[in-house]
Amino acid sequence: MDTLLVLVSIIDATLRVATPLVLAALGGLYAERSGVVDIGLEGKMLGAAFAAAAVAAVSGSALLGLVAGVAVSVALALVHAYASVTHNGNQVVSGMAINIMVAGLAPTLGVAWFRQGGQTPQLAGDARFTPIDLPFARALESVPVVGQLYSEIISGHNLIVYIAAAAVPFSAWLVFRTRFGLRLRAVGENPHAVDTAGVSVADMRYRAMVLCGVLCGIAGAYLSTAHSAAFVRDMTAGKGYLALAALIFGKWKPWPTLTACLLFAFTDAVQVRLQGVPLPLVGVIPVQFIQAIPYILTVLLLAGFVGKAAAPRASGIPFVKDR
Amino acid sequence: MSAAPPSSLPRWADVVVLPAANLLAAFILSGLVVVAIGENPFQAMSILVTGAFGNAESIGYTLYYATNFVFTGLAVAIAFHAGLFNIGGEGQAYIGGLGVGLACLWLGGLLPAPIMVPVAILAGAAFGAAWATVPAYLQAYRGSHIVITTIMFNFIAASVMTYLMVNVLIKPGQQSPESHEFAAAATLPRLHEMAESFGLEMATSPLNLAFVWALLCAGWYHLFLWRTRWGYEIRAVGANETAAIYAGISPARITILVMAISGALAGFVALNELMGVHYRIILNFTGGYGFVGIAVALIGRNRALGICLASLLFGALYQGGSELSLDMPTVTRELVVVIQGLVILFCGALENVFRGRIAQLFRRLTPAAA
Repeated sequence: MDTLLVLVSIIDATLRVATPLVLAALGGLYAERSGVVDIGLEGKMLGAAFAAAAVAAVSGSALLGLVAGVAVSVALALVHAYASVTHNGNQVVSGMAINIMVAGLAPTLGVAWFRQGGQTPQLAGDARFTPIDLPFARALESVPVVGQLYSEIISGHNLIVYIAAAAVPFSAWLVFRTRFGLRLRAVGENPHAVDTAGVSVADMRYRAMVLCGVLCGIAGAYLSTAHSAAFVRDMTAGKGYLALAALIFGKWKPWPTLTACLLFAFTDAVQVRLQGVPLPLVGVIPVQFIQAIPYILTVLLLAGFVGKAAAPRASGIPFVKDR
Repeated sequence: MSAAPPSSLPRWADVVVLPAANLLAAFILSGLVVVAIGENPFQAMSILVTGAFGNAESIGYTLYYATNFVFTGLAVAIAFHAGLFNIGGEGQAYIGGLGVGLACLWLGGLLPAPIMVPVAILAGAAFGAAWATVPAYLQAYRGSHIVITTIMFNFIAASVMTYLMVNVLIKPGQQSPESHEFAAAATLPRLHEMAESFGLEMATSPLNLAFVWALLCAGWYHLFLWRTRWGYEIRAVGANETAAIYAGISPARITILVMAISGALAGFVALNELMGVHYRIILNFTGGYGFVGIAVALIGRNRALGICLASLLFGALYQGGSELSLDMPTVTRELVVVIQGLVILFCGALENVFRGRIAQLFRRLTPAAA
């Protein structure tokens, strides 16, 4: 019984950690599938986390905070699109610039507005996303195993976790089963062909960036108004880059990306439990090593030692129409 | 780097006017941020400038910060010349610091300073270069994208260093993860101390001998890129890889060479920080300097002189920014990070925005040339 409880709590933690990763990685998926490399996931999440917490603190409404977070994130995504699509700028430089700018801007505005050393005030009540009990969760709690799994793992998360869960099948459908998705993928593989077919490459890429902004915005809002109850400095702590790694690990496909996010989140959840606990054969594994696993795995994958990952062919290359 | 559109700008305008216009745009937006937090941007500007250049001491601090940026700026720029984006300066500087630190800890008490310092320089270069060579090898022979690998290597470097600092290198009986102090022979003299020994008066600051090494590196960088066969090959690969292959140059070999040099240059940050200021290995001594290098290389147009001037600008921003945060309670040091981000955005990603307009302006001003 004890093992089951430990397992349940690890899975629970995995889902909580995976949620922002899934959302941000799917955001990156739209961007990269359209041919825009976006290393600015981190900055968009951080900006959204700050905006969501700030607006939720002032208005007392988590939903208004979410809207503000998404708005800020989409605005940053449009800056990236303006630089990399309209002006053919370097996409890596632009993403980097957004990350650095937001990392400075959030604490700067936070200190000036709230005077709490860069944090936003603690959120309580309606200003946070609170756990939702699914139907019959309480009633089934006493049913062994199945009931427990339902009430502890499936039920009892906040709204954004369910949004993230729904975003995966939705993205899989949108990218692989719709006309929009076909054009999206085509524009990332061979923009000249799409252009010849009479579809605007720039238009498609802007749309993809808006989707990316929306998803990163939700991910950011999750961090500050659902997972935590305030914005703190450097809240994303590399999650944007981890999402990027998950996207690559998932080979730019929604379901494998979800698996990668769950895997990375699981190592994180296990790492908390394994601190200082000796394992059979290997002894105590250093925390830092477990933390580095996702990055090491991604490097190995990219190097072709673990499977093969091929990015959309035109990603990172500005589209210049032949004249 | 992405191919620049055909520029009808005269060369001097491309090197001076365009960066100036981009910088101006970044500074205007930064001024608006200052307005948004309820302070007077002109007053902030004047405090910043006085804080950076107001007296001999502040100039010393400005140059001390600039030293780091020369190293990381050169590191990013030399990779740019080969068409590679090295985002991993931060991790390379960190691991370079491990090399410098280990050399200083092990040999500091054994060797005299004139031998110890070159040994430490070599150790920093070797460790930084080694850390950069792995992503270079993976890009050259395994086809993995260097931007992503160097990002991942920054995180791996941070994990490695935290592990080593907390578990191995920590001075026993101490709470914060710091190594033993270096022996006196394994430290770089401060410039004001050196000036004193010649009987000259100089304000006290952390400015140390690493500054001179940074200037030497900048000089070497220029000669290496424009006066040697290797430099030519690097630029050839960056300008047109296909043509370079046709000319018998191996892009894979150049990728590894240029990244090793880039990592070595980034590793020199540790000379300034560890041997010049802290005299021990500490956590996170790189403090984002590796990322500033991107901004420095972009404004400096990947040229040695430009990088030195851009480093001076960022040194001034860092030093002036810390003065500013003392004088204006609502302003934090992060304001400098905002300015840094905006500078990268305008000078890097949006550099083409003003190009067309400035070119138009030039055509109108010089109708004869058009």
